[in-house]
Amino acid sequence: MQTLAELEIGAEAYVSRLDAPPPDAQRLMEMGLTAGAKVRVMRQAPLGDPLEVAVRGCRLSIRRADAQAVILSGDDHV
Amino acid sequence: MSDSRPDGNEAGILHIALAGNPNSGKSTLFNLLTGLRQKVANYPGVTVEKKEGVLRLPEGLEVHVVDLPGAYSLNPRSPDEEIAHDVVLGLRDDTRPLDLLVVVVDASNLERNLFFASQLLGVGRPVVIALNMMDVARAAGFVIDVPSLQLALGVPVVAMAANRGEGVAELRAVIARQLTAPSVPRERIPLSPSVAEIVDAAGEAMVAAGLAKLDWARGEVLRLISSQKALDHRRLAGAPSVRAAVEKARGELAARGVAWHTLEATQRYRWIESVLRRARGQREVSENVTDRLDRVFTHRVLGPAILLAVVFAVFAAIFQLAQYPMDAIQSGFDATGRLALRLLPEGLMQDMLVNGVLAGVGSILVFLPQIMLLFLFLGILEDSGYMARVAFIMDRVMGRVGLHGKAFIPLVSSFACAIPGVMATRTIENARDRLVTILVAPLMCCSARWPVYFLLAGTFIPPVRVFGLIPLPAIIIFAMVVLGVVAAVLMAGVFRRTIARGENPSLILELPPYRMPAFGAVFRVMIERGWIFVKNAGTVILAISIVLWALSAFPRRPGASPSEQIRQSYAGKIGHLIEPVIQPLGFDWKIGVAILASFAAREVFVSSMGTIYGVETADSENPTDLRERLRAEADPATGAPFFTPLRAVSLMVYYVLAMQCMSTMAAVRRETGGWKWAVFQFAYMGVLAWGASFLVWHGGRWLGFP
Ligand SMILES: Nc1nc2c(ncn2[C@@H]2O[C@H](COP(=O)(O)OP(=O)(O)OP(=O)(O)O)[C@@H](O)[C@H]2O)c(=O)[nH]1
Repeated sequence: MQTLAELEIGAEAYVSRLDAPPPDAQRLMEMGLTAGAKVRVMRQAPLGDPLEVAVRGCRLSIRRADAQAVILSGDDHV
Repeated sequence: MSDSRPDGNEAGILHIALAGNPNSGKSTLFNLLTGLRQKVANYPGVTVEKKEGVLRLPEGLEVHVVDLPGAYSLNPRSPDEEIAHDVVLGLRDDTRPLDLLVVVVDASNLERNLFFASQLLGVGRPVVIALNMMDVARAAGFVIDVPSLQLALGVPVVAMAANRGEGVAELRAVIARQLTAPSVPRERIPLSPSVAEIVDAAGEAMVAAGLAKLDWARGEVLRLISSQKALDHRRLAGAPSVRAAVEKARGELAARGVAWHTLEATQRYRWIESVLRRARGQREVSENVTDRLDRVFTHRVLGPAILLAVVFAVFAAIFQLAQYPMDAIQSGFDATGRLALRLLPEGLMQDMLVNGVLAGVGSILVFLPQIMLLFLFLGILEDSGYMARVAFIMDRVMGRVGLHGKAFIPLVSSFACAIPGVMATRTIENARDRLVTILVAPLMCCSARWPVYFLLAGTFIPPVRVFGLIPLPAIIIFAMVVLGVVAAVLMAGVFRRTIARGENPSLILELPPYRMPAFGAVFRVMIERGWIFVKNAGTVILAISIVLWALSAFPRRPGASPSEQIRQSYAGKIGHLIEPVIQPLGFDWKIGVAILASFAAREVFVSSMGTIYGVETADSENPTDLRERLRAEADPATGAPFFTPLRAVSLMVYYVLAMQCMSTMAAVRRETGGWKWAVFQFAYMGVLAWGASFLVWHGGRWLGFP
């Protein structure tokens, strides 16, 4: 089981589910991180945290601790 | 005709709102639609800006327009989003139910923007979509089939590029048409039959409770099912049947293995994907300009280096450029004072005007150029997209002390002046983050502290060179700056663990594409913010200036010298009264009077000391006379010099930590929506200052310093 925090820079994967408390999970999903969405880690900040993630055509900054809640899978079959 | 409008507003006056994601171009569009017929205020009780204006349509229609704060969702996570939610759903007493929602959508970021739009399509109001930023979308290689998008969304869609005025005429026409023949969009989110049955059953409960129409109930029900906060909202307090129906639906969904709290977002995005499959040509994801710039601006080494350079450049520019207008304002006030002295008959009135009003307000207004310039630079940083990168780079560091990366710039700004710093916290979405940042911002070493430090360190710290290199006074002043930062960090940590605990504050931050800043709009905001500051100076600060003046002017002793007058005034009496409180810090009643007077602004300390010690030319640039006079002051008990280095350090520490600035208090009151936090801040900083000075004074004595 891979999380967004572990995804290599430049690599792509699909969101499988979110393992965050409901209010946080809700906002992450509203920002586009729903099951099946393609994500890609663009880069990390100079100090290693947060991450810049591309999802649904926009760029988001997410802290590693929160990215750990985003569970990934290799394909988009939810 | 008016019967067909959703609510019976006063005849002739129609109400519309602009809603959309942050950065979608709402403000630009708002300015285009309303021109100069607009007014900016705050929503009562919160720090959210309320922008209203009037749109004149061809057929003589007068339309009242509000520009809603940017939001990502109808499920609010910030005060801004809360306001957007309340206005859209018609829950506020100070805004009218809407006749039309103009939803601004960024065509270059269509998928995410359509999420909020899809929620807005389901609130039972007529909707027009302003498909903005078409120029950016085109440049990025998106092909958007507008008619097919319109068909899929079921509402008029107008393609626009608001910054160039493209599409505005058509938007006006469409708005006019929608207002004369309004139609509420039908809900279009497709659900699998079994889920639809459960959801629509709860929808019928909403219809029965008069909260929705059958045509569009599904969207709102989806939101209530997925969001506990939405279900707990006060607007459903009177509708227990709806709550019960939604809870029943959740149970049934769970029984079928459907995770209800993910239902809304999942279904909406699924629908958006299907809409876009039809309406948008696929494109290759290639590296764009923003990516190339980010390679540099967020580079491991270059990123922080550039950030440092930007901060230095901004500061250098502020201090250089602000000097001329500051001098002009200062001499303007001085000249007006002299004129008043000449024209007005000597007496109370003249004294109040010159020494109360002009001196007090003048000492605040000299900061106006600095503040305006800071707003100008902040606006450019924000509008260009660089501000989000600053937050990205600094988030790790700020996160350590429980703050958001976005708190960095407001705190850095506070090194010039806490007022723009406090006002710049508006970009922090989370209310708690914003509060903590506001509470610690005035601990940063603002420019009004320098004259105090220069006077005290320059006069009483022996100018020996440490390691034969750096003068000791400079080291002491540097230590004061560091002390402020350390105190801010510690207090931020304390507040995070006490009064501002709560959910993950800084979950997610959008990194928008870099853009050429719209200088006109930036300029406009600078003027607006500057004006707010001047209005503050004209009310709260004016009142406090007069009170402070009265304290030192009464009781009057005609013919007394200024120094005798202040010594026997109420201010002098208060100084004596508080002497027991400040004696443990090494201060006497005279310092007490100067502290009291410099509540107006910290740098007033210098001129107040001048008045108290009877030195007429207490010029803060080079107070030579005052320095000599202070050095000569003897300790009544011992006859040795009163101002020892230790006493000076204790006093400086007090000025590092104490909230000696009524304009900042006024700004905090305004930004937090009441006196509560301003007073709290005043109190905690006072306690901190007292404690630290106490430790310095007694610790120093114990170590054997005189
Ligand atoms: N290229 C282009 N830029 C635009 C367009 N519309 C607005 N802008 C620019 O986009 C930036 C953001 O626009 P604003 O009007 O401030 O956006 P907003 O939605 O009010 O943003 P918030 O105030 O953050 O909610 C500004 O620099 C505008 O000049 C457009 O159609 N095309």
